[in-house]
Amino acid sequence: MIYDFFFKITGSNIIASIIQSLLPLFIFILPFALFAVWLERKVSAHMQDRLGPMRVGKHGWLQTIADILKLVQKEDIVPNEADKPLFNIAPVLVFVGSYAVFAAIPFSGAFIGSNIDLGIIFIIAASGFVVAGILMAGWASNNKYSLLGAMRSAAQIISYEIPTVLVVLTIIMITGTTNLFTLSEMQTGHFWNWMIFGGPNFGVAKFIFIPFMIMNFIIIYISTLAEVNRTPFDIPEAESELVSGYHTEYSGMKFAMFFLAEYANMFAVSAIVTALFFGGYQSPVGYLGNLFGAHWLIPIEQFFWFTAKGIFFVFVQMWLRWTLPRLRVDQLMTVCWKYLIPIAFVNLIIIGLITVL
Amino acid sequence: MALKTEEMILNMGPQHPSTHGVLRLELELEGEIIVGAKPHIGYLHRCFEKHCEAMSYPQVTPYTDRMDYLASMYNEFGYALAVEKLLGIQVPERVEYIRVIMGEFQRIASHLVAIGTYGLDIGAMTPFLYCFRDREKILSLFEQTCGARLLYNYIWVGGLSHDLHPDFLIQARDFIKYFRPKIKELNDLLTNNKIFIDRTANVGILPLDLAINYGISGPNLRASGFKWDIRKDDAYSVYNKFDFDIPVGKGTMGTVGDCWDRYYIRILEMEESLKIIEQAIEQIPEGDVTSAIPKRIKPAVGQVYSRVENPRGELGYFIISDGSVNPFRVKVKGPSFVHLGIMNELLKGYMIADVIAILGSIDIVLGEVDR
Repeated sequence: MIYDFFFKITGSNIIASIIQSLLPLFIFILPFALFAVWLERKVSAHMQDRLGPMRVGKHGWLQTIADILKLVQKEDIVPNEADKPLFNIAPVLVFVGSYAVFAAIPFSGAFIGSNIDLGIIFIIAASGFVVAGILMAGWASNNKYSLLGAMRSAAQIISYEIPTVLVVLTIIMITGTTNLFTLSEMQTGHFWNWMIFGGPNFGVAKFIFIPFMIMNFIIIYISTLAEVNRTPFDIPEAESELVSGYHTEYSGMKFAMFFLAEYANMFAVSAIVTALFFGGYQSPVGYLGNLFGAHWLIPIEQFFWFTAKGIFFVFVQMWLRWTLPRLRVDQLMTVCWKYLIPIAFVNLIIIGLITVL
Repeated sequence: MALKTEEMILNMGPQHPSTHGVLRLELELEGEIIVGAKPHIGYLHRCFEKHCEAMSYPQVTPYTDRMDYLASMYNEFGYALAVEKLLGIQVPERVEYIRVIMGEFQRIASHLVAIGTYGLDIGAMTPFLYCFRDREKILSLFEQTCGARLLYNYIWVGGLSHDLHPDFLIQARDFIKYFRPKIKELNDLLTNNKIFIDRTANVGILPLDLAINYGISGPNLRASGFKWDIRKDDAYSVYNKFDFDIPVGKGTMGTVGDCWDRYYIRILEMEESLKIIEQAIEQIPEGDVTSAIPKRIKPAVGQVYSRVENPRGELGYFIISDGSVNPFRVKVKGPSFVHLGIMNELLKGYMIADVIAILGSIDIVLGEVDR
């Protein structure tokens, strides 16, 4: 484990914890956000018969860095009528919420920020922080568009947490653990051991599970899309209606914080879906490390598989964003309360019955 | 004791991404529900009509370009027809055909902007860029013909500034061949999308009696189910020589006259325009396009009202001549201005998200509203 490694080197558990908690930020979230913003622009461009950024670096791969540099240099504007303390705390809070989620995500067998037993519950709780931040941002900006965006966002995120939690509950019922690390370890072996294919158990139950698992996956994917405010659920920041929703009044680095949090969140929810349904960091086919007898290679391979799966789901999110129009607020709530939640409940009951039997 | 609440006033615009220009809508909100809407216009007023009084007749043509900047060709077309009617001159047949071809190309280009930005308003960005890609091809055609991409000054009183360039007809045929499948692609991507239908069907229903009372014309009137098109019902130029349909709203996805109908009418009209262009290309005669241009335009004392079917509706020019080289008065009846009047009736009871959907489906151009 990373923590033990740094503990041995530095001999101090405080320094080891600090390094361990900063590590995901610098080796993962920041580079990922830079990459994801570039990817989003490229994906959208190629879907729309354009080239996208081409000037800064080969195929514009340095474009995001240039953008960040521009944002850093910008004047930090706080509106006169804004509630200044709240206005300043809000982006930090949003970022903390999405960053805290990364603590419990198992990137590979040897690298999990904090191996807490309540992993998945912790993630759901921590992502709830984001709502508070968004509400604060909307209220403190003293702008009607921001307020409308924030209200929509709060309603949306809270509503969609219910189907997410229901799906997570079914997984907990089957596996009997809330620890994401254990959950990933259970899905070891080949891809037919992944939860989407009925999990590691054998027999008839596995095949009965499959359709329900696929349904569960669709529900959780839709609701996570809504939780990170992506199209078709990007109502809080609907630029054609609310200019840009709760972060209308933000500029410079504070805006960048919201932006970074959004992309970090995109990966976080993809990571949850991966960990719950697609074997977490487990390779679908086996490890090169085992083949060559080089066991140090396995964690690196696992990290690769986890990132690859995560980025695939991020890519699907982008794909949807550039294809679909946006729902209206009431339609969004209809989808959640009239369709997703009842279906999730039925799933929960049926899977519960199967597990008991 | 009930809690005292009051409506929130939200100024949508003039700086707002989807008011299609500098329109300010003063919305009275009850939560997200609209209680009242008041459009405020005039942010783009350029005294077009007053300016015309100080200009000679040919000098007015560039001004008409700048009214409805998405349908410049058609504005010139209407103006030229009005002045020709005032002068009582006949233009060569080739000129008429070229005018029709250009006008219909302009209609497609204008509808592409309407459809694309409508997708953008609903939240789909990709169809917008597809539409602009295709519109670009039409603009290149215009550019090769008259040198300008947006404000052409091409259709003059009595003729045209240039004849078609030699490759024009071939390129126009190529465009028609290229564009037909693209309409199908657009239908797959946007028109029949479930979310798009949910957002637009049964929203912003404009009943026929209300539409007629407010003087709505063009696609918006036809979407409400009334078959009225000046190209057919009061045919001008050579439109009576072509065979084309006038699509009307049928309420396929919801109620007749809803946003989806208004959107879909434009898609159908693009196909009809393609038909007209195809026939015009086949029939176009040879001739000199500048022969009938008068050296000096000095109409006799009198007045004329002439109207054409612009991409947005009925575009009328009322010109009074006092016998001098300058018009005494040029009054424009613009469709966008008339259509904007209905906003208050249409918006009541819908949500903020629907404001954008309804405003987009009415398809206004603020340059023409304010003039």
